[in-house]
Amino acid sequence: MEMRRFARVAVTAGLLAISSAPLFAHHGNAAYETAKEVTVKGTITDWLWANPHCIMKVDVKDPAGMVQHWVIEALNPPDMVRKGWAKNSFKPGDEVTVTLVQARNGSPIGRFRGDRSVVLANGQVFSANDPNPVQSAEKP
Amino acid sequence: MQRWLIFATGAMGVLSASLLLPILRAQNAPSVWNSDSPNWTQAQDEAAKKQKSPAPRRDLTGTWDVGGGAGIGVFGAKSMPSDGKPEHELPFTASGREKFLANKPGWGTTEVAAAFVNDPVDRCDPAGLPRADLFELRATQMIQMPKKVLVLYEFQQVWRTIWTDGRELPKDPEPRWYGYSVGKWEDDYTFVVQSNGMDERTWLDNGGRPHSSDLRVEERFHRLDRDTMELTVTINDPQIYTKPWVALDQIPLHLRSDEFDVREMICSPTETEEYNKTVTNPVATPR
Repeated sequence: MEMRRFARVAVTAGLLAISSAPLFAHHGNAAYETAKEVTVKGTITDWLWANPHCIMKVDVKDPAGMVQHWVIEALNPPDMVRKGWAKNSFKPGDEVTVTLVQARNGSPIGRFRGDRSVVLANGQVFSANDPNPVQSAEKP
Repeated sequence: MQRWLIFATGAMGVLSASLLLPILRAQNAPSVWNSDSPNWTQAQDEAAKKQKSPAPRRDLTGTWDVGGGAGIGVFGAKSMPSDGKPEHELPFTASGREKFLANKPGWGTTEVAAAFVNDPVDRCDPAGLPRADLFELRATQMIQMPKKVLVLYEFQQVWRTIWTDGRELPKDPEPRWYGYSVGKWEDDYTFVVQSNGMDERTWLDNGGRPHSSDLRVEERFHRLDRDTMELTVTINDPQIYTKPWVALDQIPLHLRSDEFDVREMICSPTETEEYNKTVTNPVATPR
C-alpha cells in the first residue's frame, strides 16, 4: 500500500516536472480524443493567425451559465488558406459553432474537425478537411 | 479595283486584330497562383495538359511544387513512412535502431505524447537536409547560376547551395544543417545531386528516422517536360542503415508560373512560445 502511494506520488511528481519544462511539440494527435467529436457554441474572443498552428479562442457558456474559455487549434496559415480559411475569416464577437476533437485530459482545448468545423451565425461554413485529395495531386 | 480590295482586306485585318488582341491578351493574363489557393492543383494541371511542351536543356530554374499538400510527409519519408507496414521497415543497423528509438517523434510508429516529443524542428531548429525534401516539401524555387544552383524552400524560408563547378564533395566536411552539395547533369534532363556533411542533430524525416555524420544523400531531379519534374531521394548511411533506401520515389513537381506567390512560413520563437503556452502545455498537463 505504502509502495503504491509512493509510486502514485512519483508519477505525479514526474509529470509535474515534465509539464513545467518548456514544451515545443506541436504535432501528433496523441493528446486528443480523436474518436469522439465535440460541438461547442459560443463567441470568438480571438483568432490568432500564426505558426506553427493558428488558434481560435471561443467563450462558451455551460448549462449552469459559467463561461468556459475554449482554445481550438488549426494548422499553419498556408495549409489553412488552401482549405479556404483566412486571417480575416473571423473576428472577436462572432457567434460560432465549432466541431472539434478535445484534449484527452479534459481541458477545453481541441483541434478543428470535419467538413462543418466552423459555422458562423450567417451560415458561412469552414471545413477542416483539405479540398484537394492528396492522391490526385500525386498523379500528374 | 484590285488595289482597293487589298486595302479593304488589310484594313479589316487590322481592325479585327485590334478588337481581338485585348480579348486574347486577357485570356492569357497570368493568374496569381500559390500553393494555398483552393483548387489550384486541378486548374494548374489542366492548364499544363493543354500545352505540354518539351523541357529546356539543362535547366531547372523556376518555382516547383508538389501541390495540394502531397509533399508533406507527416509520417516520415513518403516512400517509406513510419506506419508499421512490413514493407516500410527500414534496414536499421543495431546502433541505428538504438538511435531511432532515442528520437521521440510526434508521428509514426514511435509517436509519443506531446510532452515527450524531442523533435528538433519543434524548437525552430532547421529541418536540414534531407528533411527539407522529406517533411514539408512545399513550393521550392530553384535558381540556376553559372557555378551553382540555389534552392529556396518555403518551409522555414531557407535556402541551400548546390555547387555545379565540378568540385568534389569535401573529404572531411564541417557539419552543416543543410550539408554540402554538388550536382551534375547526367543527361540533358537529369540533374543528380550528392550531399554530405549533414549535422547529426537533424532528423531525416517526421517519423524520427536518424542519421550519422556518414550520411550521403542523392537527389535526382528528372525533368519530364516543361511543366513536370520528378524528384527521387536516396539515403545512404552505413552506420545507421545496412543498405541504401529510397525515401522519395519519382515524386512529381509541377512548374508554377512566374507570378506564383510563395508564402512566408517561418518558425518564429515568439509564436512558438505563445502556441506552447496556449495549447501544448495545458494539453500535456494532467488535470
